[in-house]
Amino acid sequence: MPWRLLRFATAKQHPEPRMFTAHAELKKSYDVVIIGGGGHGLSAAYYLGRDHGITNVAVLEKGYIGGGNTGRNTTIIRSNYLTPEGVKFYDESVRLWQDLSTEFDLNLFYANRGHFTLAHTDSALRTMRWRAEVNKHYGVDSEVVGPDFVKQAAPMIDLSCGGHAPILGALYHAPGSVARHDAVAWGYGKGADLRGAEIHQQTEVLGIVVKGGKVCGVQTSRGFIETNKVLCAVAGFTPRILEMVDIKTPLYIHPLQAMVSEPIKPWLDPILVSGSLHIYISQSARGELVMGASLDPYEVQSTRSTLDFVEGLSAHMLDMFPFLSHVKVMRQWAGMADMTPDFAPIMGKTPVEGFYLDAGWGTWGFKATPVCGKTMAHTVATDTPHPLIHGFSLDRFRNYALTGEKGAASVGH
Amino acid sequence: MKIMTCPINGPRPVSEFFYWGEMRPMPDPDTCSDDAWADYVFNRNGAPGVKKEWWCHTASNTWFVAVRDTEKDQVLRTYLYGEQP
Repeated sequence: MPWRLLRFATAKQHPEPRMFTAHAELKKSYDVVIIGGGGHGLSAAYYLGRDHGITNVAVLEKGYIGGGNTGRNTTIIRSNYLTPEGVKFYDESVRLWQDLSTEFDLNLFYANRGHFTLAHTDSALRTMRWRAEVNKHYGVDSEVVGPDFVKQAAPMIDLSCGGHAPILGALYHAPGSVARHDAVAWGYGKGADLRGAEIHQQTEVLGIVVKGGKVCGVQTSRGFIETNKVLCAVAGFTPRILEMVDIKTPLYIHPLQAMVSEPIKPWLDPILVSGSLHIYISQSARGELVMGASLDPYEVQSTRSTLDFVEGLSAHMLDMFPFLSHVKVMRQWAGMADMTPDFAPIMGKTPVEGFYLDAGWGTWGFKATPVCGKTMAHTVATDTPHPLIHGFSLDRFRNYALTGEKGAASVGH
Repeated sequence: MKIMTCPINGPRPVSEFFYWGEMRPMPDPDTCSDDAWADYVFNRNGAPGVKKEWWCHTASNTWFVAVRDTEKDQVLRTYLYGEQP
């Protein structure tokens, strides 16, 4: 009945309020300015308000929230890393992930699927045994399984991979999950907004004013802001921001590309990854196959995508799942991955007082969103690095003490 | 397909080439400080710009220099080391 519906159209209390407050003007000063309105920046704003009572916070975003790598990844969440630092850090992140939908009162479509890293060679299998032992030591559910187990979980797979890369086994990580990535940014943004943080989209940072080795303000495209604390969480744009404060890092930018197929009937429950074939694949709740490969082989600071990528990835996909030959590719895109030489992030304090860095998120940033926000909020609020990020400081390069995270995604080992 | 010009073999598909990073002067390891050496070993200029880079045409093992805009991904010129400034 249309008349009954009209009642809801005119009601004042029923419409869902907008997710964020739109602020016409920037304030003159903030306690903390966060550069980058992606998952990491918004999550830091959220935990600054929730855990530390710091709410005079501005999140500055050049484009729109979650439009960078937060919306460009393949949404995989896992904690079966290789180094003790990595395992502890990502395990805390997985624990935070599991409660987020309830905490935000927003459905993140967090789906626990199970995650397989396939081994096609003896040496890959050996690394997986190593990873499984490190994982188990830290209480992470992780084990090496045989080809039969893989076949049972993904019956459509060709275990011989076209005859040239037979699957010998896999590292199976039961907590492996996927989540709707845009909703993560929205959930953190909404929570931060409710606690008083201001989210300013379409606001570009043009300069950072440093006096006597201390941060004292940020020049934006919408005016100058006074602040003593700046958190930089801008992934592939990090080197451009670091030029403003004259900090050198090992960060280098390579594009990471991904693509999705047309939606098809649900047939793939787990998440599958193959380092040898450069594949990762999962099926989304909408039925699309979400597929990624490895980093582009050379430096580019833009989000252009290439036909070479689609050709290469499709060829490898058909080795593993020959029946997909008639499935069409719908979209492809790229994100700028800020890589480090040891595949671990760079987090914490910097030589510039009041300038905090959350970078080096290369190909492993999405799964870390909650724990990054939490640990960076602690670091910014107390001016002391959170214990979970001790292995990730910028100093480690000057001290020749790299972290060596060989469990990272889409990089050759 | 992206084409790159090898100074010896002419225009070839970029998949035949291997990228080896920006050309950077190496400090003398015997005389420089630990900090200067760490800076050389680890730190990179990750910001976009027109950069001189080492590339190799793998099929013929030809090492050469490419001047490339890393934001637009445009190769401006390529030459053999020592042949052009």
